[in-house]
Amino acid sequence: MSAADQVPLQIVAYCCHYCAYAAADLAGVLRLRYPGEPKIVELPCTGRLDVLEVLHAFEHGADGVMVAGCLEGDCHFQVGNLNARRRVAMVKDLLNQIGLEPERIEMFNMSSAMASQFAAAAEEMTARVRTLGPNPLREESVS
Amino acid sequence: MIVAEQKPLDEIRDLIADAGKVLVVGCGTCVTVCFAGGEKEAGILATSLRMASKLNGNAQDVTHLTVQRQCEWEYLDPIEEQIRQAEVVVSLGCGVGVQALAEHFPQAWVVPGLNTSFMGLPTEQGVWEERCAACGSCILGLTGGICPIARCAKQLLNGPCGGSQDGVCEVNAETPCAWQLIYDRLKAHDRLDLLMEIQPPKDWSTSRDGGPRRITREDLRLVAEQVE
Ligand code: SF4
Ligand code: SF4
Repeated sequence: MSAADQVPLQIVAYCCHYCAYAAADLAGVLRLRYPGEPKIVELPCTGRLDVLEVLHAFEHGADGVMVAGCLEGDCHFQVGNLNARRRVAMVKDLLNQIGLEPERIEMFNMSSAMASQFAAAAEEMTARVRTLGPNPLREESVS
Repeated sequence: MIVAEQKPLDEIRDLIADAGKVLVVGCGTCVTVCFAGGEKEAGILATSLRMASKLNGNAQDVTHLTVQRQCEWEYLDPIEEQIRQAEVVVSLGCGVGVQALAEHFPQAWVVPGLNTSFMGLPTEQGVWEERCAACGSCILGLTGGICPIARCAKQLLNGPCGGSQDGVCEVNAETPCAWQLIYDRLKAHDRLDLLMEIQPPKDWSTSRDGGPRRITREDLRLVAEQVE
């Protein structure tokens, strides 16, 4: 393991109340194992996802952001997750222009019963961010 | 409303390249409702510029604020101090807002963060279309409320041209032919007779061809200004 592998990663996981947050909860109840890097921020719906808040997360050193909402077509608020998907695409474009890897943010969809999918999403995002390495802005902002 | 869109980040970064302290000024009116230069967009731009400059190894101090309306002096007075502290001001107002800032604060270096595009309206959420070109002599009364100056690619007064196909303009397949729209509307109102009158060439002196325009309303001017 190189030193870079040891650096603790910070991943912000924006999870909607009705599906992804419940799936994460269920993953805990089922004692599923998944990486501890994703720190969950509960949103009433991923439609509440705010581009500026996501950028601030990256500005202040988040290495990755995962956005997890209901399955497409099953949003508790009809289309909040579809709006979130487009905002994630917008953030990817912004990150690209700013000079950060767009892969640092991703959207996931799951129902409240899909605990293993939540764990798999957490695994995937953590592995991806581990490959990308720490956010280069982190050293600047966290002294 | 005035419709604008943000310049690419790289272009804005070039405009502020030599500044250490940058102020992004949003506008709370037209460009807020077309999501180009309001409070949210000013915040996103300022954050993006901070992040990009840090990644570049040359961190710039970028802050932002938003005024209710950039195109009137009285809204600009309260931000004088912040303007004074900035080496470069990025205006997220339309071209009028940029010039208002530059004119009101002669010592400030003001650059545009938006491309001001046109006067138009949102035809659906996320889509804006041009409707008026401010020609200075409105003929909508002859054309059923559909403007051939802003909406016909050739600005015809006696259209349509021969390229009108199935209601679509020959210049752009995404644009409805303005003259087809005019015809349909006049027909629906039983006013096709309006089309029988041949319109003479338009007097463009009220438009851009007449040079910069100015409107003076003596009834509104302050008495003090009128004293000879
Ligand atoms: S005729 Fe002139 S003033 Fe009237 S809508 Fe068209 S461009 Fe604007
Ligand atoms: S097709 Fe219609 S809108 Fe296009 S240039 Fe001809 S008259 Fe104008």
